[in-house]
Amino acid sequence: MMDQPSALELVTAVREFIEKHAMPELQGRTAFHARVAANALAIVARELEQAAPENDAERRRLQALLQHDGTLDSLNRELCRQIRSGRIAWDDPALARHLTTTTLAKVAVDQPNYSGYVRSPHRGPG
Amino acid sequence: MSEPEFASALQNAVARAIKDVASIANLKRLSGGASQETWSFDGVGPAGTQGFILRRAPGGKVVPRSATAVALATEAKVIRRAAKAGVPVPPVRYVLEEHDGLGPGYVMGRVEGETIARKILRDAAFAEARPKLARQCGRILAAIHAVDTTGLDELKTVPAKVQLEQYRSIYDTYDYPHPVFEVALKWLEERLPDTQDLTLVHGDFRHGNLMIGPDGVRAVLDWELVHIGDPAEDLGWICVNSWRFGETHKVVGGFGEVADLVAGYAEAGGKGMTAERVKFWEIFGTMKWGIMCMTMYQAFAQGSDRSVERATIGRRSSETEIDLVNLLYPKAAKP
Repeated sequence: MMDQPSALELVTAVREFIEKHAMPELQGRTAFHARVAANALAIVARELEQAAPENDAERRRLQALLQHDGTLDSLNRELCRQIRSGRIAWDDPALARHLTTTTLAKVAVDQPNYSGYVRSPHRGPG
Repeated sequence: MSEPEFASALQNAVARAIKDVASIANLKRLSGGASQETWSFDGVGPAGTQGFILRRAPGGKVVPRSATAVALATEAKVIRRAAKAGVPVPPVRYVLEEHDGLGPGYVMGRVEGETIARKILRDAAFAEARPKLARQCGRILAAIHAVDTTGLDELKTVPAKVQLEQYRSIYDTYDYPHPVFEVALKWLEERLPDTQDLTLVHGDFRHGNLMIGPDGVRAVLDWELVHIGDPAEDLGWICVNSWRFGETHKVVGGFGEVADLVAGYAEAGGKGMTAERVKFWEIFGTMKWGIMCMTMYQAFAQGSDRSVERATIGRRSSETEIDLVNLLYPKAAKP
């Protein structure tokens, strides 16, 4: 077990340093890259908070779709092959539900303010 | 070449080639990428000061451009053709020659205006222009698609089927699973248009490449992805949600409706355009931008550009994936 602070606290500390202290001192392209750096750390923080349960749920859905177990990576690769070969139809309702849920979870980590996510008709109330 | 040497070589070139320019001032770099760099400068002469833009190969070196980009000299040639066809473009004033010592590139007149989407979509200065932009873009695209391509043999012919295979092969190279892109590739493959009337296609007609003023579009910039293809490609690309900058309900560039885009296109003599053809290319374009984000991340992963920006853009592929989910599964049951 690692000591405190947690990884989440560490990346948050660095992000806050960039936003509150470094960025006001910077200009031009360096300021732009600092903002991107802060955004990158915000992605890492959300991933630390959200990805583990989402990855488990994704893997369970993939097991159900493909009827066997495997790593998240190998199951996703097989899903790709089956979509490409047509073994799973692209409009298969179970596939559609899986990809919708998976993609919402990915964007919630990557870019939760993205318009296509914020206004997705697939997002439930609340 | 140091910056003073570069400035001096540029001054020699333009003073020799462009009438009424004796010296240059206010030289500043606007942007730089792997495929080109852009500089702004003033040409000073007895008749006054004129604004110019230089677009040249990065560092003035002849480097292989990406498979889809055309040579800078070809860009200049196409822009001159487009100007003759009535497309608003910056006037090409001089194409660099070998003895200039500046590498491949060209000098254009500087067109004043705004290219930043957030300002165009939100600032009061553009409030009157916004409702007219979709129709105007349709008219401009019809003019682009009517450009005579005779003799432009260096342009590649890239109909939908060829382009689909190109992007599938790029995506396959990265060897990382994106099931949503697989679905999009399948959907597109089943609906490939057999377009007979291939035309000049700008290839990157969207915010950032449109110089806009309170009076509307003043110039279409950045012709590096120009090719021969399905004209609907250009209309679909500007509808990709990534170019709406949050104004999702306004499908065309965050400022207008597809019906206006298509109506403007027909008004200016564009033939056979339909919302359905545009939709095919909107979905194609959405997937393409997602794969382009993967490509930009590869520049980081493979070491050619270790910037935090190149790294992070890989995490924007998922934006296009949610757009594709919204487009391809519009009525899917809620999980």
